[in-house]
Amino acid sequence: MLAALLAMSAIAIVLGAVLGYSAIKFRVDGNPLADKIDAVLPQTQCGQCGYPGCRPYADAIANGEADINLCPPGGEEGIQKLAELLGVEPKPFGSDAQPKPKSVAFIDENTCIGCTLCIQACPVDAISGAAKQMHTIIAAECTGCELCLPPCPVDCISMLPLEENVANWKWKYPVYALRPSK
Amino acid sequence: MSALFKFHGGVHPPTHKTESTATPITRLPLPARLVVPFRQHAGDAAIPIVKPGDHVLKGQLIGEPQGFVSSAVHAPTSGVIEFIGPHPVAHPSGLPDICAVLIPDGKESWIEKVSVDYRNTPIAGLREHLRMAGIVGLGGAVFPSDIKLRPLRGHSIQNIEVLILNGAECEPYITCDDMLMRERAAEVVRGGEILRFMLGAGKVLIGIEDNKPEAIAAMRAAVQAEGLPFEVAEIPTLYPSGSAKQLIRVLTGREVPSGELPTDIGVQSFNVATAYSVARCFEQGEPMLSRIVTVTGNVTQPRNYEVLLGTPIADLLAHSEPKTDTRGYLMGGPMMGTPLPSTDVPLVKASNCFIAMSDALFPAPPATLPCIRCGRCADACPADLQPMDLYWFARAKDFGKTQSYHLFDCIECGACAYVCPSHIPLVQYYRFAKSEIRAREQDKLSADRARERHEYREFRMEREKREKEEKLRAKERAAQATKPAATGEVPTASDAAAEAQRKIQDALAQAKAQAAEAQPRNTENLTPEQLAEIAEIEARRARIRELAKSDVEAPKE
Amino acid sequence: MAAFFSPFLSKPDTVSRIMLQVLLALLPGIAMYVWYFGPAILVSISLASITALGTEALMLKLRDRPVAPFLKDHSALLTGWLLALSIPPLAPWWLVVVGTAFCIVVAKHLYGGLGNNLFNPAMVGFAVLIISFPAQMTQWISPHGLGQIELTFADQLRYMFLGILPPNVTLDAITMATPLDTLKTHLHLDEPIRQILDMPIYGRLAGQGSEMVSWGFLAGGLYLMARRIISWHIPLAYLGTIFAMAGIFHLADPAHYVTPLFHWFSGAAMLGAFFILTDPVSSPTTHHGKLIFAAGAGLITYLIRAFGGFPDGTAFATLLMNICVPLIVLYTQPKIFGRKGRKP
Ligand code: SF4
Ligand code: SF4
Ligand code: SF4
Repeated sequence: MLAALLAMSAIAIVLGAVLGYSAIKFRVDGNPLADKIDAVLPQTQCGQCGYPGCRPYADAIANGEADINLCPPGGEEGIQKLAELLGVEPKPFGSDAQPKPKSVAFIDENTCIGCTLCIQACPVDAISGAAKQMHTIIAAECTGCELCLPPCPVDCISMLPLEENVANWKWKYPVYALRPSK
Repeated sequence: MSALFKFHGGVHPPTHKTESTATPITRLPLPARLVVPFRQHAGDAAIPIVKPGDHVLKGQLIGEPQGFVSSAVHAPTSGVIEFIGPHPVAHPSGLPDICAVLIPDGKESWIEKVSVDYRNTPIAGLREHLRMAGIVGLGGAVFPSDIKLRPLRGHSIQNIEVLILNGAECEPYITCDDMLMRERAAEVVRGGEILRFMLGAGKVLIGIEDNKPEAIAAMRAAVQAEGLPFEVAEIPTLYPSGSAKQLIRVLTGREVPSGELPTDIGVQSFNVATAYSVARCFEQGEPMLSRIVTVTGNVTQPRNYEVLLGTPIADLLAHSEPKTDTRGYLMGGPMMGTPLPSTDVPLVKASNCFIAMSDALFPAPPATLPCIRCGRCADACPADLQPMDLYWFARAKDFGKTQSYHLFDCIECGACAYVCPSHIPLVQYYRFAKSEIRAREQDKLSADRARERHEYREFRMEREKREKEEKLRAKERAAQATKPAATGEVPTASDAAAEAQRKIQDALAQAKAQAAEAQPRNTENLTPEQLAEIAEIEARRARIRELAKSDVEAPKE
Repeated sequence: MAAFFSPFLSKPDTVSRIMLQVLLALLPGIAMYVWYFGPAILVSISLASITALGTEALMLKLRDRPVAPFLKDHSALLTGWLLALSIPPLAPWWLVVVGTAFCIVVAKHLYGGLGNNLFNPAMVGFAVLIISFPAQMTQWISPHGLGQIELTFADQLRYMFLGILPPNVTLDAITMATPLDTLKTHLHLDEPIRQILDMPIYGRLAGQGSEMVSWGFLAGGLYLMARRIISWHIPLAYLGTIFAMAGIFHLADPAHYVTPLFHWFSGAAMLGAFFILTDPVSSPTTHHGKLIFAAGAGLITYLIRAFGGFPDGTAFATLLMNICVPLIVLYTQPKIFGRKGRKP
């Protein structure tokens, strides 16, 4: 009896020491969890989550301050990935945060007055143009965050949903009837 | 005759080839209207360089290649460009793509044809010539041929020991390569010699399945007549021996390592039809304007046609007289092909075969049952994969797992789905999983780019703020520095240095200030609502920035 | 037309055709069975078939699956037949019905139906029966010409359905222990092998009659292999392991361990090798995996026969190895094209 107890405590102590040692030895600087979360977030930088961008939201999730269902651009799949990463149950979006189809901003070049307000709003510098000159969106860099819409004094920016074309078309999930058609 | 090798798996579907080989290749008359897509090759679409109303000559360049993987597009006949814009194309999605609609003038007037003496031209020039002639692989992948002839991935092209001409044509029903080899073997062989010359390869092997004895005989005769040391290898009929990696294995015994290119093991392969177009390109100076295509299945006149690219499929099919119980068409073979979305699409470089389907020839499969893990698919898979596991994970959308089970080594040959007793559309699952994974990788790339740009912007704003502060401080210091001067103290050497520094700072500050002033604050003539909105945005942004700061600076544990 | 995917050719195989071939291949063994043990087995098989199809249809309805295509796949029928062939032919009707229903409802459909069962359904049914009703599960009819009394078919029927034996006939008079069972009992009594094998119950290789049934199953199994319905891996590894194990022990101590051939031709060895272990759903998909799986099953079968509490071990060996299948498959992934001779 005593021997068993002693043996078990000895094992516990040894294992504890190993764990403690490796915790010190392999400590990772920074907050890798936040990095991992940030890697999952779509980087739209839209602020719809209530944070000033994806990184702050990632930090907030890592600190346990924010829920995982606040990022509409990430879609259901984003929630799924976050849930998987954090080991929690996925939950649906709240009613105020619903994903929309991915779009890019488009500036009506006839109306644009060259005010640069949208340039200042864009979180990823995807608008090019100089003062008093017509601005254009670099479509490939636009994340579709819509942050440039409100500042425009002449409302010349609109969001165009990304259309499916031959180059970005995807094969569909096979759907077939279980029952042979009559 | 060198020894032949085997690959794992493979299937023996009924070949149905004799139907369409009874008649020689027929040249299709000029259609009333041609629709030429600008994306007929793998890679980026060509850029249109003509406008509606332009008159073009046969063989005139109308689409210029853009990007590394791209190829040129030409007018298949002389006539007037009527329209440039989206038109339905022969793509499984049925989506439109950018095309040029050409109304032929019936004169077939050619551009000036220039043949090329390939032996006395730099190889790089030859490659550029192929690119501008729109020569792409005609085996199905339509990959630009010039890239396959380029030294890639650090090899010198001299590493190529063996050139393989692929005449296996293993898919059932398709006979266009067979007929081409029977009727135009000499050009095929000469094209092979050009390719061999460009690669500097020592050995040329021509692989043809043994169910095409006429083609084998014709090719052997042509090789002899041209006096070339090529070897025509008669390989056993086994689907998919025409797949590049499998054919390389059969002919050389070498396996292209997973994720690498044939050139990495000193082999390159081209389809026989590609070799034919290379010969036409250099000998006659003709860019790629037409191809041979098989029309077979439920038609009264199954045969092969030589057809101008851009010919509407409906015109082509009409010549073969589809029977009345035809309920749809396939493009490509029955193993890897897809249903034709509509007959109102043009023929493209990738179109090798059209098959009319009837219930008798292609009965609808019985109901799909669950996978019983019988392993037949694994026994048939030429890539030694475990298709049932891939299916399981693709169905569950567990894409990570599909990749660790080597989804991307699947060549989508369909051997597994052919033998599956549960009739599961396995390949459809793989295609789905592959395109999802590709799209995700794309998303990931753009997210990474967005993150980088965003971080850079934050950094830039931080820097601007710092500079502003510095400017302020410099001003203060300037004010302080003028004070002692006013009390009449003699400046010391170090003071002189400080003075110089201050002057620079002042100049900088002034420049900055000027720049700031020049910035229009586009805030005149705004309605109160707009002002309020802007104020609100500014407030939101300020709040957000505040939040960001507190979060970054005081991370809670 | 909506659900029409490549390849568009009509496919050479269907599940239903495969299962039908397996059923067909069981016929020689069944014929031998009838010849040596009377037609009672046909009654059990029919009972099992009806129960299997009935419960299958019921479960499909409950699970809201289409009934017709699944009934036509013949897999339920096969499960029923295999169970009926594994239990004593004179088993009362409710034993067959309960066992088959258990196979289909619990071992098959509660795991998700066709293709999803971890265990071989027939063997699950067998294990449940032998644990729950050991008495009924050991009433094996004596082979033709050996019993004190032979029942007529009518008598057999009456016993199966009503539990009534003809007057003056005891159960002991018409049944006897199986050859494997007899061997085990007598070995426990320290009798030498030679003397045991001289008993009338033993034939040329193994049990009188039952060895012929095994020949029947062997013939059917070879037919399946020839038709490429099953691959050679499982039968070879299973029978090979049994042969090797039995051979080693027999050579070391012939007085206490019977020959390998005795093991091959007694009990469910042949049925197991060609029909039970080869069930695709519950066996590994990789070739190496099949070899490991069947070798393991052979080892366990032999150990149970030679040293365990039950006379035969095929059923438990199958179930034990079924558990290991996912692991075996994971560790026997084949080298794919272009990765041979390199680290995976
Ligand atoms: S809601 Fe917008 S800012 Fe927030 S994490 Fe999602 S994409 Fe990033
Ligand atoms: S052939 Fe079909 S049923 Fe058999 S294992 Fe493969 S996917 Fe499953
Ligand atoms: S389609 Fe892919 S998985 Fe199926 S047999 Fe061909 S290579 Fe193997």
